[in-house]
Amino acid sequence: MYPTDKPSPSLLRGMTQSRLGRRDALRLGGLSAMGAFLAACGVEGKGKPQASIAPDAVAKFWSGKTQSGKLDFANWPLYMDPKKPELKKFTQKTGIQVTYDEVIQEMGPWFAKVQPQLSAGQSIGYDLMVITNSVQFGQFRDSGFLAPLDHSKLPNYAANAAKSYATSSYDPGNVFSIPYASGITGIAYDPSKIKEPVTSLADLWNPKYKGKVGMFKDLQELANFGLLAAGLDPSKSDETSWKAAAAKLKEQKDGDIVRNYYDQSYVDALGKGEVWITQAWSGDIFQKNVSDGTNFKFVIPSEGGTIWTDNMAIPVTAANPVDAITLMDFLYELDNATTLAEYINYVCPVPGAQAQMKKHAAAASGEDRDFLLSVADSPLVFPGDAEYKRLHYYVNFNTAEEKNDFERVFQPIVLG
Amino acid sequence: MDRVKRTLAPYLLVLPGGLWLLLFFAVPMVTMLSLSLQEGDVVNGFVFTGHWQNYTESLADYQTQLIRSLVYGAITSIILIVLAFPVAYWIAFYGGRRKATYLFLIMLPFFVSFVLRTISWRMLLTDDGVLLHPLKAAGILPDGFNVLGTSGAVIAGLVYSFLPFMVLPIYVALERIDPRVVEAARDLYASPMTSFRKVIFPLALPGVFAGVLMTFVPASSDYVNSELLGSSETTMIGQVIQAKFLSNSDYPSASALSFTLMAVLLIGVFSYARMLGTEDVMKVAAR
Repeated sequence: MYPTDKPSPSLLRGMTQSRLGRRDALRLGGLSAMGAFLAACGVEGKGKPQASIAPDAVAKFWSGKTQSGKLDFANWPLYMDPKKPELKKFTQKTGIQVTYDEVIQEMGPWFAKVQPQLSAGQSIGYDLMVITNSVQFGQFRDSGFLAPLDHSKLPNYAANAAKSYATSSYDPGNVFSIPYASGITGIAYDPSKIKEPVTSLADLWNPKYKGKVGMFKDLQELANFGLLAAGLDPSKSDETSWKAAAAKLKEQKDGDIVRNYYDQSYVDALGKGEVWITQAWSGDIFQKNVSDGTNFKFVIPSEGGTIWTDNMAIPVTAANPVDAITLMDFLYELDNATTLAEYINYVCPVPGAQAQMKKHAAAASGEDRDFLLSVADSPLVFPGDAEYKRLHYYVNFNTAEEKNDFERVFQPIVLG
Repeated sequence: MDRVKRTLAPYLLVLPGGLWLLLFFAVPMVTMLSLSLQEGDVVNGFVFTGHWQNYTESLADYQTQLIRSLVYGAITSIILIVLAFPVAYWIAFYGGRRKATYLFLIMLPFFVSFVLRTISWRMLLTDDGVLLHPLKAAGILPDGFNVLGTSGAVIAGLVYSFLPFMVLPIYVALERIDPRVVEAARDLYASPMTSFRKVIFPLALPGVFAGVLMTFVPASSDYVNSELLGSSETTMIGQVIQAKFLSNSDYPSASALSFTLMAVLLIGVFSYARMLGTEDVMKVAAR
């Protein structure tokens, strides 16, 4: 979700030629592209708390907007087959030309980068962007930076998306966004180093693995596991429970159990034996095993894991919003959702894609068929009810002070 | 007319550079200074309230990292002097016709992106990497042994990153020494050691001073080496500022920390100059 340690997208594009190229690209996970340092200053806020939007907001935004035949799409690296088959199909069908840029590496820097333009009411150069339901999603939403979606333009979404997404805590009713893909945060471990099966968060605190445990640098992810380990529910937590979780995490750190706090580079650290057991994102581990022949295990801990969603949203200053929403809906056509999930291996928001993927598998042969079947049967791509029950949502902040308090509680753990 | 031109000329010459500095250095500095005294959040906006608590609070939270950065910077500079002086000395006095080649070789690694260089260190030093794996397999080192994530790895990375910035100024200072001065010392029965101590080293001091300036300041505020080679136990102040700015959008306390760092570095550099009596040294160098 936060691949800051990936090499530059243009480099990757050259290296990821095959259909399953994302696997090869993961081998380079240890390379780092330092995000451009952005000095944003003289910051003006645009905020009003936006629990609900004006009833005529949708009509107001979309009236008079027409299709222009082109669109700029900002996405994360390695989040679509490098040959862009879905986008080619889209251009064939609609005639809309898509410029696809893998410019989003991390939510914080992305928000910091586009915030000044959005505040000034200027275009950010993109009509569609994929943003995680993190703290910054709330900042985008509450600053009024996201265009309200016209659901009459999203018939495929209505027909094919899993119903649970309509009741998400970060965007109930999908007023501003629809999912691109979701992922599960759980535990990954190397069974060649850790012989006992890992089942619980307590294993991340096990002194036996001293110095070989990896945790996430992202504060939400880190806090979630601290909260779950302390027996608390992240989505219903307050400052008292944060402090309890921080104490739990501090204990893990002071016992020298944690080797380091990682961003996307944890995959590399696991591969190189730097850590034996680590917080992990589902799709990564699946792909690492397929690509490198490793046998890392991924488990949703008994105390629960977390689920996050990357969402497609239209910046309010977009020049081509109609083209953008057309593409959003196009990606919800059954076949397009299926091929996308076949490539990225993260949780697919379209349940019907599972059957479709099996059809694709039946039509394929050899290694390809085995691979497609394993994706279609993976509970990490199509989680069942049993999995969903054990997944929690991120901590929600009602006010900016709450977010600041949260950061003051957890940031010192990462920045020892 | 000519006289007017002549009096105006220096000002006209300084104009482009001056404007450039004013626009891209002075304006951002003032903005950051103002930002460091503001209050608020990124959604509702930041308002200037003269909130100096940004300084005290951020310093209270992150003094460990600030002190650690200064210590790393100082250790780095000291190691660099020890490493760079002999190299510069050798090139200056024994380099002969190939001086330029040797200097080029010192600079050569810098034609590769410094992030890539640091990452290759990472690959070299990693737990099951080229260096440690054979030693572990041979049973010389325990299985859990690691180099990455320690202060040593971060300082080693810093030393490597800044080596040429110490070698070059010391070389320039040594290169300027008139060989006859050294010969005179010998003629006056100074041993090689005494002539080095009393003649060569003092004359090279401006170079050492410049070298320390060019390495201590950037090494103390570096955030790449610790990010890639260190762990949460080696966090430097640059990383804290970066995280506050880019991940938390907490611009005021990031700016406050930047200014604190700047102030500490300036005070350090000036007291160092005082201590060395650099004004005298500079005069010698200017001759």
